[in-house]
Amino acid sequence: MKHVKSITVENLTKIFGNFTAVDNISFDVEQGEIFGFLGANGAGKTTAMKMLCGLLMPTSGTARIAGFDIYKESEKIKRNIGYMSQRFSLYEDLSIIENIDFYAGIYGLEKKEIRNRTNEMLEKLNMKSIKNEMLSSLPLGWKQKLAFSTAIIHKPEIVFLDEPTGGVDPITRRGFWELIYEYAYSGMTIFVTTHYMDEAEYCNRISMMTEGRIAALGTPAKLKSDYNAIDMNEVFIKIAEVKRK
Amino acid sequence: MKKFRVFVWKEFIHIWRDKRTLTILLSMPAILIILFGFAITNEINDAPIGIYDKSKDELTSKITSNIINSGYFKLEEIIKSDDEIIDVFKKGRIKMIIIYESDFESNLTKFNTANIQIISDATDPNVANTLVNYAKSLVNNFIMIEYNISPNFKIDVKMRYNTEMKGSFLFVPGLITILMMLIGAMMTALSLTREHEFGSMEYLLTSPLNSYMIIFAKLIPYLLIALFDIIVILILGTVVFGVIIQGSLLLLMFECLLFIIMSLSLGLLISTVSKSQQVALMISLMGLMLPTILLSDFIFPVSNMPQWLQFITNFIPARWFNTIIKSVMLKGAGIGNIINETLYICGFIVLFLGLSIFNFKERLD
Amino acid sequence: MRNLFIILKKEFTQIFRDKVMSRMIIMMPIVQLLLLAHAATFDIKNISLLIVDNDNSTFSSEFIAKFNGNNYFITHWNYGNQKLAESKLMEGSIDLYIEIPNGFEKNLLTSQESGVHVTVNAIDGAKAGLAMFYSNSVVNELINSFSRNKGYININQKFINIEYSHWFNPELNYTTFMVPGILVLLVSMIGLFLSSMNIVREKEIGTLEQLNVTPIKKSELLLGKLLPFWFIALFELGFGLILAKVFFDIPMEGSLWLLFAISAIYLTVILGIGLFISTITSTQQQAMLFTWFFSVIFILLSGLFTAIENMPYWAQVLTEFNPVKYYMQSTRMIMLKGSAYDDISVFIYKLTAFSIVINSLAILLYRKR
Repeated sequence: MKHVKSITVENLTKIFGNFTAVDNISFDVEQGEIFGFLGANGAGKTTAMKMLCGLLMPTSGTARIAGFDIYKESEKIKRNIGYMSQRFSLYEDLSIIENIDFYAGIYGLEKKEIRNRTNEMLEKLNMKSIKNEMLSSLPLGWKQKLAFSTAIIHKPEIVFLDEPTGGVDPITRRGFWELIYEYAYSGMTIFVTTHYMDEAEYCNRISMMTEGRIAALGTPAKLKSDYNAIDMNEVFIKIAEVKRK
Repeated sequence: MKKFRVFVWKEFIHIWRDKRTLTILLSMPAILIILFGFAITNEINDAPIGIYDKSKDELTSKITSNIINSGYFKLEEIIKSDDEIIDVFKKGRIKMIIIYESDFESNLTKFNTANIQIISDATDPNVANTLVNYAKSLVNNFIMIEYNISPNFKIDVKMRYNTEMKGSFLFVPGLITILMMLIGAMMTALSLTREHEFGSMEYLLTSPLNSYMIIFAKLIPYLLIALFDIIVILILGTVVFGVIIQGSLLLLMFECLLFIIMSLSLGLLISTVSKSQQVALMISLMGLMLPTILLSDFIFPVSNMPQWLQFITNFIPARWFNTIIKSVMLKGAGIGNIINETLYICGFIVLFLGLSIFNFKERLD
Repeated sequence: MRNLFIILKKEFTQIFRDKVMSRMIIMMPIVQLLLLAHAATFDIKNISLLIVDNDNSTFSSEFIAKFNGNNYFITHWNYGNQKLAESKLMEGSIDLYIEIPNGFEKNLLTSQESGVHVTVNAIDGAKAGLAMFYSNSVVNELINSFSRNKGYININQKFINIEYSHWFNPELNYTTFMVPGILVLLVSMIGLFLSSMNIVREKEIGTLEQLNVTPIKKSELLLGKLLPFWFIALFELGFGLILAKVFFDIPMEGSLWLLFAISAIYLTVILGIGLFISTITSTQQQAMLFTWFFSVIFILLSGLFTAIENMPYWAQVLTEFNPVKYYMQSTRMIMLKGSAYDDISVFIYKLTAFSIVINSLAILLYRKR
């Protein structure tokens, strides 16, 4: 199978005033890959992701998402990506089905198509019987699965997840990652930021960010052997120590 | 107690960070008092009028210039025909038209009487009424002086408590009430509802601090801002507008403090019944703002209202506060004179706090 | 177009889902109109008057009877107890007292100089002024007819007869003036507060960011968010006009279409201001405060209850930038005077200009984020 690049980033930089949030980063992500973006809070993960989604204009550098240029073709990019942020993004005062209808409608899906996909999705999530419930009555873990499924209702090529599992218990997190795997297997590229080091193990490749730069990039196994560590947590600590020296 | 201090400090930092909000909250009293004090006035000056002089003699031009020189009126339009009158009014600028009959002066000489007709734009009835009366008395005075007629009957009028009839005596207490409604009730209601809406209230309530202490801590910064605003209003009112505080300053501040506490309790109560900030806003804004302004004796005297509405004003705390503050500031009343009103305010505090605690418990269960 | 429809559907669902909210949006302004129109009155009735009679003569009882028969006054009297009058004035149970001096009738009959003393509680300057005016005119009338009956008026005295008529509101009904004003106020506040809170609300809960990564156009999003409030405000206006007719018998002299046309334009200004506030704030509390601040200033400088012509020059200049003023004036002119398009065209141009400026500014700021 031919490897297709979903994301290519070259020398991407974002400066706020005199603070450099993202400092000249470059990397590629291949189609169907689960690419993890790791780092401490404030390392520049969210800023980088926002630039890739077209929410923020970069200061300099180039990037192509799903083959489209982030400067000139941001509208086309928006049609081909899904996005789920660390803050919960569905409406609490709408029902499950109303939320799905709304987002599917925005992506311009046909009525029949919306119905098919909604059915398929509710079945998968086991929420068919409660589709008219208000979102506010659901437990957090369910909401998050629903938010993820809604973010990809238009079957985008790439989905960006910004700390998707913040504040969720380990079992729910595990269930959430199973869902991610399922979609990655079907060819969707997953770009995920997290600061849970154990989640890094679920990714195909990861990049470690510190102070706006990519400090290390590779498969979890490679990083562990490079830094002679037993788990990703140790890798992270060692990178931080190197930095300090 | 130390934990409590830490918590209060956190709330302060919260408000301090938000410079724009703070700026508005602190500068509001100054801006509003200047607007009220200088711009909002019922005194007539330079009201635009039209003159329709069918006679055009020496006497009519004398009367006209006498009217214009009074400072109350400004001649904006010379009207030349009957048809013009309605058009001029429909354009909206002209408030009143004075019409002299033809042969005005000769009629007065021949028959000792002459006619003037005044037409007013009474869409604003008070302005119309006042303008007509001013014009009437200007004309009468002019004639009396011109023909040396002096009455031997005098009405001697004393304006008690507010000799110069300044508006500031009204708007200082009025402003205090509406600002307290804003800061006390609305701001606190929204700030507390926000915590509920984002679920952070439950989180706070599980902390080792007593839940009443937490709410109390959230109210303290608003209490201080409110107090600051009242002091600014009082200082500006005294220094710029010459309001003299007749009664005891201590009593005045005590009553103000009581009213702030009442507003804060009201804000708390609103937050316990609102699911979202939008609902809290609708209740405090639509439900409180206009009724507070209109039913509290601030602009419109309660005694003019229909009986059933006067009864309703009993449930508006600001109405009692308005009476208190006017009595203390302007009449020099002591606590004895206003004990009833003070008890009403205390009653509201107890009622609002009681209901809040009841709702709050229900919500957490 | 389809996207716009989807957003509209969602917005309306959200507004009407919340029963408390939707009921308040519809009911509050109506209740307030009905309630407050009665409150907002400067018609001075029921002036509480005490007459202190030190003369106790035939004429002084005639004097008291004259006031007793007057609709404006609730009259009490006593003989010679000025102290009591003073303390009643202090506690606020009377608005003014008139003191008839000893020898009042005798002095009048012998043409000596005489008079009465009027003491008014002047804390409320406007009310005091009117109370004084009414009482003085009753007194003057009484003295004149007394003098004329006794033949003291000189037949040869020059006299100017002044007749007056109040147009557009001949009975000087204050409600007729205030109801259109309050209606304007309620429509403005509904539009302004709902729109300024709405977008900032999505910002606060984080859904706005989600919408920004969807292919939805900004123009569609903003239009979809503002249109519902435009409709709601116009609906309130229509409902309010019906109530004004039914309950207060407020005339509609001019064209209803003209009123709705100018309202439609005016509301774009108001929603633009709401959008502007939304873009420069990050929490609903902030938005509420900003909106409150602006609306209080707008209301004070709108001529709702104090005529703009009476304001000092600098304040009049400020009112030139107040859209509420133009709308307030045109509404009253259309409803009460039957002013036509030509009479208010200047207001329409100005409102249109405001709308363009504030909306462009808001959209520019919104784009910049």
